[in-house]
Amino acid sequence: MIIDINFIGLIIASIMASAVPLILASCGELITERSGVLNLGVEGMMIIGAISGFALMTVTGSLIIAVFGAMLAGVLISTIFAFLTQTLITNHVATGLALTIFGIGISAMIGKNFVGIPGKEFPVLFEGLKDTIPLLGPILFGHSIVFYFAFALPFITSYFLKKTKIGLIVRAVGDSPESASNQGINVRLVRYACILYGGAMSGLAGAYLSMIYTPQWIENMTGGRGWIALALVVFSTWNPIKILIGAMIFGGLTIIQFHMQAIGVRIPVQFLTALPYIVTIIVLVVISRDSRKIRLSTPSSLGKSFHKDN
Amino acid sequence: MIKIVKRDQPSRAIFFFTPVLAIFLTLVAGGLIFFILGFKPFEALKFFFIVPIADKYGFSELLLKATPLCLIAIGLSFCFKSNNWNIGAEGQLTFGAIVSGGVALLFYEQEGFYILPTVILAGAIGGMLYASIPAILKTYFNTNEILVSLMLVYVSKLILDYLVVGPWSNPEGFNFPETRQFSDSAKLPLLFEGLRIHAGIFLALAAVVISWFVFYKTYLGFQMKVSGFSLKTARYAGYKGKKMIILVFLISGACAGLAGVGEITGPIGQLHREISPDYGFTAIIVAFLGRLHPVGIIFASLVVAITYLGAETAQIFMQIPKYTGQVFQGMILFFLLASDYLLFFKIKFIGSKK
Repeated sequence: MIIDINFIGLIIASIMASAVPLILASCGELITERSGVLNLGVEGMMIIGAISGFALMTVTGSLIIAVFGAMLAGVLISTIFAFLTQTLITNHVATGLALTIFGIGISAMIGKNFVGIPGKEFPVLFEGLKDTIPLLGPILFGHSIVFYFAFALPFITSYFLKKTKIGLIVRAVGDSPESASNQGINVRLVRYACILYGGAMSGLAGAYLSMIYTPQWIENMTGGRGWIALALVVFSTWNPIKILIGAMIFGGLTIIQFHMQAIGVRIPVQFLTALPYIVTIIVLVVISRDSRKIRLSTPSSLGKSFHKDN
Repeated sequence: MIKIVKRDQPSRAIFFFTPVLAIFLTLVAGGLIFFILGFKPFEALKFFFIVPIADKYGFSELLLKATPLCLIAIGLSFCFKSNNWNIGAEGQLTFGAIVSGGVALLFYEQEGFYILPTVILAGAIGGMLYASIPAILKTYFNTNEILVSLMLVYVSKLILDYLVVGPWSNPEGFNFPETRQFSDSAKLPLLFEGLRIHAGIFLALAAVVISWFVFYKTYLGFQMKVSGFSLKTARYAGYKGKKMIILVFLISGACAGLAGVGEITGPIGQLHREISPDYGFTAIIVAFLGRLHPVGIIFASLVVAITYLGAETAQIFMQIPKYTGQVFQGMILFFLLASDYLLFFKIKFIGSKK
């Protein structure tokens, strides 16, 4: 049997493509969590981004408006979360759940008129270079701009947190809001900004799904990716580079499932579909077992409200 | 001028008033959404909240939908009171339905008084088994229960899908994704001729009474309250934290499993893919709206059940998309959480004369 080396390249590229929404949403949520805020609304923000991107693309015909519009929609919906948790000091878990339920409902409501409409082709970069290098060609070239951005994002995020002053402020706010506040940092403002940034990235992740990955609108099309993104943040122990590894594992599980079906492996399709969820649980168990390590890497104030008494 | 002052103590009156305020604000915001969508707001709200329960049949449907919501929310209140975030009740419902459905199919075309209790028990056990996974992983492996319980929802739905398409599908069913109809002995009796409301409602009411007793009359209830208030205090008082975590998960799993039994042995009568319109998730809202109080949860389950019926009616009569129900559910929770601000803070209006 001859294995076409470019075929392997194509499989790796498809794994990377399915990892993109996870990387985007996880890196966004990572910044939010580093500031001490646990936003469980990722799934809701993602699906809002998916319908907003698709709807704007259909209505305006402009891909740029659609992509930025989806990010803006993510920002807007996360503003509700920010206002509730930061200004009205509500419980992070409950508010995040409300955001997800609300987001799924409102996206289906808006999306009613967009079911069955074919998507548009999203331009890819370096298409011509695909065949120039064996194996690496299909991996490196011929993808959308969002794809390249996603794979750069963990490195940018890591640099931001470690090397920039604002990154340091975000970490300080997450690890000890009291002392940050005493240093004159506006904790609430920093957290607002981090929540809205997380919303933008989730929105972009959603737009990638509905505009690039499977260019159409399907109800509930995020299918739990928002929750897997949340799990990835734990998996990474709040380290952006590890998100890349985690997202590739989950992307791989999704893609392998298609190929196993294609070559006729006699495993029920439902088991293969359940695999990413089951693996998420197993991975979480393995990572969390070492409670000391988790405690050291978790932002100390994660999920706790901070209110400065006057 | 407006000034915000911190209260010395959370206000008890406001604790029970804010759910009402939240419902009111949801109606206002809902009217606004209808207006934006191009409907007459009052007419739309009427179709959503009044028309569906205006007759005997509608009222029976309301109770039918409120039953699983109430049952699950009661179970969840055990978890939430003690600071355990079980958000996978939908999965526990599904797995409970799978186990009880399997038992019901074993008794296919058999009669006997013992069949229904066995089926019900199987559902409760199924729900407990499924809830024990996040509980054990949380207590012994330090794993986040929110994510585990949620992932298991997807897994349970896929197991159900596998069973109704594959091994359990009706042999005479022309390949429809559904099992055989259960025998009459495995079905919950209907309460009134011509209405769908069934004996499952008694399970919900029993759960209400038992939970009230446990919360307010037992040492366990007290321990749960303390742990919910402050885990440190609970540890200091020497409570067996691990045991309690597992116990509250088992209780809430059993309730969700029973809700699943109620659905498949009540209105559905078989297993198929769509046994629950996300009751397990909606019940989270019910639990909060009911303030984790058994009586509050009864009222909350009725209010939230209307959003299911209203969404159906509004879709038929006004072509309003049925997802409006979920939007309303999300909004209720938003407004409830927001109005909790009034629990801890007072808004003072200070006249400019001063």
